[in-house]
Amino acid sequence: MARFLVRRLVGMVLVLFAVSVIVFGIFNVIPNSNPAQGIAGKNATPTLVKQVEKEFGLDKPLPEQYFTQMKLIFTGELISYNSRINVDDRIVEGIPVTVSLCVGAAVLWMFFGILFGYLSATRQGRFTDRALSILALTGISTPVFLLASVLLFLFTYKLEIFPNGDYVGITEDPLEWANHLILPWITLAVLYVGFYSRVLRSNMLDAMNEDYVRTARAKGLSERQVTTRHVLRNSLIPIVTLFGLDFGALVGGTALVTESTFNLPGVGQYAAESASGLDLPPIMAITIFGAFFIVLFNVIVDVVYAYLDPRIKLGESAQ
Amino acid sequence: MASEPYAEPGLPGGNPEAGFPPAPAGVRTAGRSPWYLAYRRLLRNRVALFFLAVFVLIVVFVLAAPLWASDVAHTGPNKTHTLEKIEVNGEIKEVVEPSGKPIGPVWFGADGKFFLGADGHLGRDEMVRLMYGGRTSLEIALAAALITTLLAVVLGLMAGFYGGRIDTIISRVMDVLWSFPVVLLGIALGTALAVGGLKIGPLELSGTSLWIPILIIGVVYTPYMSRPIRGEVLSLRKKEFVEAAVAQGAGPLRIMFVELLPNLLSTIVVFFFLNVANSMLLESMLSFLGAGVQPPNSSWGTMISDGFDLLYSSPVLTIIPGVMILLTILSLNVFGDGLRDALDPKSKVRLEAHLGKAEPEGTAV
Repeated sequence: MARFLVRRLVGMVLVLFAVSVIVFGIFNVIPNSNPAQGIAGKNATPTLVKQVEKEFGLDKPLPEQYFTQMKLIFTGELISYNSRINVDDRIVEGIPVTVSLCVGAAVLWMFFGILFGYLSATRQGRFTDRALSILALTGISTPVFLLASVLLFLFTYKLEIFPNGDYVGITEDPLEWANHLILPWITLAVLYVGFYSRVLRSNMLDAMNEDYVRTARAKGLSERQVTTRHVLRNSLIPIVTLFGLDFGALVGGTALVTESTFNLPGVGQYAAESASGLDLPPIMAITIFGAFFIVLFNVIVDVVYAYLDPRIKLGESAQ
Repeated sequence: MASEPYAEPGLPGGNPEAGFPPAPAGVRTAGRSPWYLAYRRLLRNRVALFFLAVFVLIVVFVLAAPLWASDVAHTGPNKTHTLEKIEVNGEIKEVVEPSGKPIGPVWFGADGKFFLGADGHLGRDEMVRLMYGGRTSLEIALAAALITTLLAVVLGLMAGFYGGRIDTIISRVMDVLWSFPVVLLGIALGTALAVGGLKIGPLELSGTSLWIPILIIGVVYTPYMSRPIRGEVLSLRKKEFVEAAVAQGAGPLRIMFVELLPNLLSTIVVFFFLNVANSMLLESMLSFLGAGVQPPNSSWGTMISDGFDLLYSSPVLTIIPGVMILLTILSLNVFGDGLRDALDPKSKVRLEAHLGKAEPEGTAV
């Protein structure tokens, strides 16, 4: 276990290093995107550009720039090129928004994903199953911003039930917090409800042919006990894996489109803003932050998987 | 749909030479190629065929763009009609009201002009833009999916076949790409390239070239496909036919592309449709955020992005291109699912595609 964790930790640091180098490269190797020109403005004189270059250390060699930048990220002193705001502070401000969004959506999608998957599998081939399959496939195929637009138009404009985006802190007013987040939660959850119910359905159908299910039936257990205690429980293990990976990816950047459409000032929206302004420092910090979450949840998933399924031995790589 | 596949005249089941009566349906599977059997299975899946038809209709729709533009709407996708007036069912109406609100769908009220209304304060014909935008979206999705498939097959084959150091290098690179938040990477690349364009050796792309989103999307999705391919190659290369090929003195290229590749085809085909759907979704997301298709080109994603500002006054501008994306992706997903079932009823390719690396790092004992 300890060896496994150390190995994964080293791997994580290496991956984060590679990720940061790539992002740095994207913004520095690509021509015509001299950040100094961007900061100084379109009509800046060459001397002003030179001055800006000097101020931000942009005249130094690239490796040196990279290390200064990384040092600033980890000491929390990184300043955005465009708005001159401290990047780490802004990310820390955004975290509660992004986490509120992702956790709420996760609760919704796990509940409905498991419910629909269970119903689909236990009524295989019947009307419920077919209807849920169509719903699930539609959910998987719906672009986030289409769903967001329809919900916004119906519920905030026509019916005026929910507020139009924005975020209220949970500590300020828990009711308003939930009220502002209901539509984003639904928007984000729909895709995953579709996907998880499909995966759970196919896992449960596989599990129903297993020997242990036959044994459970032979023991005289009721059908309900067989499906919930034996089939469902075993089929949930891969769902837990999926959940870990998806949640990591969501916090690490996938929630970005939902945040932008609902005007939630989370980490993702900050990334979108900075990207459109070609503001390198925030993009670097956020990408590293996102990759960190993705890799972290990978490790957590491996550990949880080994705990849930004792046949899995950690640290013995499959290769 | 063909009714009874095995009872057609001239296609008797059983052994024709011995004069046996036709065998019951499903018996004459011997001697049929797996592709033929999959084709028959697919023909029986009415839902999948229906959605294939939907996809074909969408393709026809976008291909008809120049015809509609020149013969029906008499305008182009980027032509503005801000101050013009049109006659709708005998009434004179402004294309764009002074308040900035564009005209809504007029259907055939103006002989096909402004069929779906105008697209905002510039007063461009929404229907013409929808058809041309769909072309861009489909072109990008198809080209990106081809790039993903090509890269993933070559890398997956090499990693799985050679193993050792080559496998380690390829797998680590894929790990890094996989750890990137996909949308973030897309946005970072998209905005940077849109400003500066791309120049690698003799290859030069301007910032507005469609090849930029194509390349970005094609590369970003590669690890999701190369991993399952590598896994399949790892298990295939232990099979006897590979040993036999080695014994015959076949070189690595021959084994990879002549022996192993045909065995991967069903996985590749299923993945390809999934890739097209995913690429289209990512393109629309990037374009929505301004990091995908750049003006003067437009795609369904940029149309939604433009329309979103007018969501409350003209919701059709957001919803119509959104529904087109939804229909395209849904048809690809349902057809892809049916294809998967027909090619390999037991396969879990779609699950693996999403899981990517979900194969936990440990071994079942």
